[in-house]
Amino acid sequence: MLNKTPLWKTLMVMFVIAIGMLYASPNLYGEDPAVQVSGLRGVEVDASTLDQIKSQLSENNIEVMSIALEKGQVLARFRDTENQIKARDLLHDTYGRDYSVALNLTPATPDWLAAIGGSPMKLGLDLSGGVSFLMEVNMKEAVNKAQTGLVGDFRSELRGEKIRYRSVKLDGDAIKVVFRNPEDLEKAEDYLSKQNRDLLFTMDEDSLTLKAVMTEQKQKEIREYALQQNITIIRNRVNELGVAEPLVQRQGQKHIVIELPGVQDTAKAKEILNATATIEFRMVDTDNDIGNALDGRVPASSQLLYERNGTPVLLKKRIMLTGDHIVDAGSGFDEYSRPQVNITLDSPGGSKFSNATKDNIGKPMATVFIEYKGTDRKDADGNTIFEKVEEVISVATIQARLGKNFRITGAGSQQEAHNLALLLRAGALIAPIQIVEERTVGPSLGAENIKLGFQAIIGGFALVFIFMMIYYRAFGVVANLALGANLIMIVGVMSMIPGATLTLPGMAGIVLTVGMAVDANVLIFERIREELRSGKSVQQSIHQGYDAAFSTILDANITTLIAAFILFAVGTGPIKGFAVTLSIGIITSMFTAIVGTRTVVNAVWGGKRLDKISI
Amino acid sequence: MQILKLKETVAFMRYRKVAMVFSILMMVASIASLAINKLNFGLDFTGGVKVEVGFEQAADLTKMRQVLDANGFDDAVVQLFGTSRDVVIRMGERPGVKAETLGDQILSVLKDGMSVNVEMRRIEFVGASVGDELTEQGGLAMLTALICILVYVAFRFEWRFALGSVFALFHDVLLTLGLFSILGIEFDLTVLAAILAVIGYSLNDTIVVSDRIRENFRKIREGGPEEIINISLTQTLSRTFITSITTLLVLAALFFKGGALIHGFATALLFGVFVGTYSSIYVASSIALALGISKEDLIPEVVEKEGADHEEMMP
Repeated sequence: MLNKTPLWKTLMVMFVIAIGMLYASPNLYGEDPAVQVSGLRGVEVDASTLDQIKSQLSENNIEVMSIALEKGQVLARFRDTENQIKARDLLHDTYGRDYSVALNLTPATPDWLAAIGGSPMKLGLDLSGGVSFLMEVNMKEAVNKAQTGLVGDFRSELRGEKIRYRSVKLDGDAIKVVFRNPEDLEKAEDYLSKQNRDLLFTMDEDSLTLKAVMTEQKQKEIREYALQQNITIIRNRVNELGVAEPLVQRQGQKHIVIELPGVQDTAKAKEILNATATIEFRMVDTDNDIGNALDGRVPASSQLLYERNGTPVLLKKRIMLTGDHIVDAGSGFDEYSRPQVNITLDSPGGSKFSNATKDNIGKPMATVFIEYKGTDRKDADGNTIFEKVEEVISVATIQARLGKNFRITGAGSQQEAHNLALLLRAGALIAPIQIVEERTVGPSLGAENIKLGFQAIIGGFALVFIFMMIYYRAFGVVANLALGANLIMIVGVMSMIPGATLTLPGMAGIVLTVGMAVDANVLIFERIREELRSGKSVQQSIHQGYDAAFSTILDANITTLIAAFILFAVGTGPIKGFAVTLSIGIITSMFTAIVGTRTVVNAVWGGKRLDKISI
Repeated sequence: MQILKLKETVAFMRYRKVAMVFSILMMVASIASLAINKLNFGLDFTGGVKVEVGFEQAADLTKMRQVLDANGFDDAVVQLFGTSRDVVIRMGERPGVKAETLGDQILSVLKDGMSVNVEMRRIEFVGASVGDELTEQGGLAMLTALICILVYVAFRFEWRFALGSVFALFHDVLLTLGLFSILGIEFDLTVLAAILAVIGYSLNDTIVVSDRIRENFRKIREGGPEEIINISLTQTLSRTFITSITTLLVLAALFFKGGALIHGFATALLFGVFVGTYSSIYVASSIALALGISKEDLIPEVVEKEGADHEEMMP
């Protein structure tokens, strides 16, 4: 007899749908208000911190629903937001210095579900409220910086090889080295081209010049590295903000997306994200007269800079150390209660600095703060022009040979010292960045979007349900079962995939999938009707209906899937959110509408002698 | 229950010339409108600042304009959005003022000047360079999608169908863009997503029809291409109809319930479903027919007997 589903297939269908239900279920539990405490700059949260927090909360009569150490941070859940806020304030006062204390909403997923990886869908900013930034990395500056670095490298390499040169200069995109005689030129070309294989060298015998240009490949590497490095640094900075579940992601060739759910204080966020600062340590030029420099006669090896209060300082151009080597920085007070910044260097930085300072004990050294500020001017390509602002923040006499740990004073107020430490700790950006897009969604709007989205989904579903039931009767009910299962599976898969986020267009995608998922069943049912009309038996008609419709459904869905995948690959933000739900919906609907309904149809009508079916 | 009871084959293709004239006219109108009216690009594409605020009572737009004007925001466009209490303020990038702080400024100006409670609902600032990139990306996405689909359909069906369906997609996208241009509805990223969804839907429809045409070419031995296409369209008409109805039902839910943010999206799709359904019948099939689709193109090649090639060599 036709139309019998083997038991294993029935079980498989039931199993798949059960898994879908299981992973969709965390979405039903909602979220608890919580406070999360995580360590900053190397401070670890451990069991003793947990105990301290526990006892502190109970001493202050703050009712805790649960508190535990999860993924290296203490997470305390509360019954209401009132207790949550109280706890946050209390903990912030005690732990604010070394820990980030943040408000959070934690899924109230039961432990056993969480243990098997169950978690609710992540909501996009348009649904949860919060702020998102799109930052652009100034790639021109990144390459330029690397080229400037090469100038210094060339000088020291040539000096090391005892090859005499007249000048090393950056000329556009090329590094130009001028020599005194052809022999030196030959020698230098021979040596430098071996040392720098990713540079293209050209010799000009007439003008005794050697020109070096970076290969396209090398420039690409630099840009790529600058983007990666900036992402890492921004991640660190975002962590300093103490936001729960932030998102920092690259987008395209030079953009970085930052999403901070729940953040309303955009000014603070911007200040920290936008600050592209680094410091350099340079010796003060004591050999030349500052008065002459102020009159415009600045020696070639020196530069005139100013302190915050306007005092001019003449500095050597040579940089002893840059901020790249800083691994940690904290603020505090020195013995005279002046704010100071304590700095720790990595080991190459430590030895470099130790070498640089050993011959200069007793001489003044300056700490230069460098900031890149985006201006309103644009260059020919429409990129924002960045302005390099250099400022001397401290001039201090080197007391002893400095190693990995040292401190600088003169940062002004305690707050400034704190901010500077924060920036230094977060690392030095390889290239300046600027916010090119900013979106803030208020929390009430987010909640409203969720409400409206759900209403649309439910409304759409209800309409289709009623229509299908009237039009296809009993088979319509089967199709509706498949639709329901499909919705559950979409939610289940969305919750399972870590990167999938539900957005408002994503909800629209779900609604659209409903319309499209029905199509598969309509195709099948219309075929069955056709076969019945042509006089075939009921079982034959069901069999042929499914068979004939299958390849059509496959072709139609694969083409739509192609479109959805392309949307996902090139799209951003809302387009991506839409593509995710659409592609998941197409795949799950193929399963529920073809395999799922077949199982039900076979179970109810299959294998029997029937004269009529309700379709 | 059955809505369509068709006993006889509908001679769809008899009207294909009329349909073609109609399609060409619509396309020309769309292109003309796109050239003259252009698209009312949203912030995502143009760059600038958009602030959405909510009031407790109905918003006093006149006063708002005055307050903004007095504070130097004389180019701000103030509009109601969704309800009488929601207002959207829009303005271009301003030289001299840091765009990033503009949104905050507007909000504080409103709070001081209006002496009623203003709630920030949304602030968006988008740099113009991002918009350029997006336009490029959006266009590229559509082009890639079209090419991939062309290749797949050509591979699975036949190049005439591939050309027909891709042209139908192009037709639908153009008409939808035209509608947005004529009505002046804001074209933002969600609308772009909707247009891509229109591609998906229209394609789905076209494939179903093409699939049936292919099947009938193989099954029905008599009758010319035109007749077979008519038979196929008649057979699938019921399905086309039902699917359009269910999709329109859910889209209507989205249109009326989904909120102002999703309005453009729903509008594009509602219209897209209509043109998509029309184009799968008249554009894709007519083109395949015009390109001379025939039985031989779709009947699988008979495997040649071994040695058949060598017959000539035999004495």
